[in-house]
Amino acid sequence: MRGDAAMFDYSFAELSSILVMQGFAGLILFSVFVLMALGLAIIFGQMGVINMAHGEFMILGAYVTYLTSHLFTEFLPFAYPAYFFFAMIFAFIAAGALGLLVEWVMIRHLYARPLDTLLATWGLSLILQQIFRSTFGAREVGVELPDWMMGSLNVTDSIEVQINGLFVMGLTAAITAAVLVLLFKSRWGLQVRAVTTNRTMSGAVGIDTRRVDRMTFGLGCGVAGVAGAAFTMIGSTGPTSGQLYIVDTFLVVVFGGAQSLLGTVASAFTISQSQSALEFFISGSMAKVITLLIVIGLLMLRPQGLFVLKVRR
Amino acid sequence: MNIRSLASNWLGFALLTILLVVVFPALLDDFRLNLVGKYLSFGFVVLGLVLCWGYTGILSLGQGIFFGLGGYCIAMFLKLEASTPEATKIQSTPGIPDFMDWNQLTELPFFWQPFHSFGFTVFAIMAVPAAIAFILAYAMFKRRVGGVYFAIITQAVTAVLTILIIGQQGYTGGINGITDLRTLLGWDIRTDGAHNILYFVCVALLLVCILIGRFILKSKLGRILVAIRDKEERVRFSGYDVANFKTFVFCAAAALAGIGGAMFTLQVGFMSPTIIGIVPSIEMVIFCALGGRLSLIGALLGALIVNAAKTTFSEMFPELWLFAMGGLFIGVTLFFPKGLAGLVDDYVRPWLVKVLFGGGAKPTDRPAPTPAE
Repeated sequence: MRGDAAMFDYSFAELSSILVMQGFAGLILFSVFVLMALGLAIIFGQMGVINMAHGEFMILGAYVTYLTSHLFTEFLPFAYPAYFFFAMIFAFIAAGALGLLVEWVMIRHLYARPLDTLLATWGLSLILQQIFRSTFGAREVGVELPDWMMGSLNVTDSIEVQINGLFVMGLTAAITAAVLVLLFKSRWGLQVRAVTTNRTMSGAVGIDTRRVDRMTFGLGCGVAGVAGAAFTMIGSTGPTSGQLYIVDTFLVVVFGGAQSLLGTVASAFTISQSQSALEFFISGSMAKVITLLIVIGLLMLRPQGLFVLKVRR
Repeated sequence: MNIRSLASNWLGFALLTILLVVVFPALLDDFRLNLVGKYLSFGFVVLGLVLCWGYTGILSLGQGIFFGLGGYCIAMFLKLEASTPEATKIQSTPGIPDFMDWNQLTELPFFWQPFHSFGFTVFAIMAVPAAIAFILAYAMFKRRVGGVYFAIITQAVTAVLTILIIGQQGYTGGINGITDLRTLLGWDIRTDGAHNILYFVCVALLLVCILIGRFILKSKLGRILVAIRDKEERVRFSGYDVANFKTFVFCAAAALAGIGGAMFTLQVGFMSPTIIGIVPSIEMVIFCALGGRLSLIGALLGALIVNAAKTTFSEMFPELWLFAMGGLFIGVTLFFPKGLAGLVDDYVRPWLVKVLFGGGAKPTDRPAPTPAE
């Protein structure tokens, strides 16, 4: 109703630029979804493990970025414009290492009980949240962007796009490409895909499936860490920020078809665009409700998701 | 059935009845008894979880929403009773709940109308959660979706309904929920005396629900449920329609949760979205996991213990509490998948039966141990 009334007040040019900007906001949301869902899809797709602490791995990456930015202002002010690239590497290492540890301590004992991994990783997420809260405080923290990332580009008179948003999108594309290359061109990726499609057979031909599992879990968590680093570019970080995205991200992964990375990207695009387009017409919370309801409805009709990969369990 | 196996079967139930009916009311003051009653209302939820998660293998991360639906049904009835035209005459539209008036609503929404009737409300407390559960479960289970997929979908539904309740402030009371509930059919539910009576009503209902749960599990239906959990395909090939059984047990669990929500609202005097969201829903699963997902009584005690610990520790050491809660999740799933009840079954119960009935005689309903043992 509010949207209808508002629409008549705009000229066509204004309306189309609003749509473009709204589409741009949707693309930023899309980037966040893809970055989070990538790691989740790798882990869930290959091992069937539900990692409820995925959001916290992302936030770990965000806090590492925050620490790195402080480190660079203190000790290496001349290199400050480039700190983000180091932060990404640190975030990947920190989250990946924690992922390997968690897999070794906890997850590997629960492969036979996928529902229980869900509970155990939820417990892990509570503990991580509390650790973040005790270390960094309950308030949200933000990083300062380097100068070159601030400001916006004016595409036309009425359309402008933020540079940090563009940067995050470019980064998302690069990370997605890197993960795809790793999975489809490297020897390790071949092993991962073999284990995904037929675990028993892969074991029989001599692939160490346990090791592949551990590396996959580590990689998935590492990607989450990088996602967290990218997340600091567009929003501030609090101890519970990760939890806000976890339900959406799981829906993205399930909707896309759990074993298909292409499906994940496609479903992230659909969900984020429809959500931000709806936000123009109705309130943010109702937009989210309607998007989620549509996804749930579609999943009821097509439970296997958008893209299906044939697997043997 | 001889006295010994009878005792072994009913010992837990008898002890629980004594604990709830005699020990707690005798030892606790009015305030604490009301608290226990509040914890026990979560007991209904975990009974449902034992049936659908422990015995049928359907993990639901959305029990909180069914709890909430039951709670909101009775809260709507109580709110309408509290919003008489006389009591609300300072509002611009007298006779509607106060939060509607604050949100510029001028008449009662259509879905509030039936809640003027107490009979309909009692029916709705169980029927509304069960109906939502049916829509969800039937569509999913007919298409053979289960396991983690189903868990994620239930969580998404929880997210949707919570956002909806918070967002539609004029119709639901928003984040504050429905508060300031006073009387049930003219009977003031805010006094200590009323709280005591409600406690016993809650206990009685709970014991009846445990008996129904035991009856289901002991029947042929219960055996089919276990078979579905352990080897779903084989049950399907034997000619059973697996989806119908799973849908039934999921709806039963939802209806139980609805009763729990109604008892919660009656004893606490309000209902709000903070009690039913994603996090509380998962906490309900941990009550069940800690107490023992295969034991009705164990799970119920799990709800009592975790809630009591939460009230105690979260006041004294708010930081430690989240660590303890997280540790509980991890520890129980890793080391005690059967929960406390599993420990009791393995160690305490044989010992107790031995102490009560003498250790000399061999149990007659079990095969005698072979010499090799």
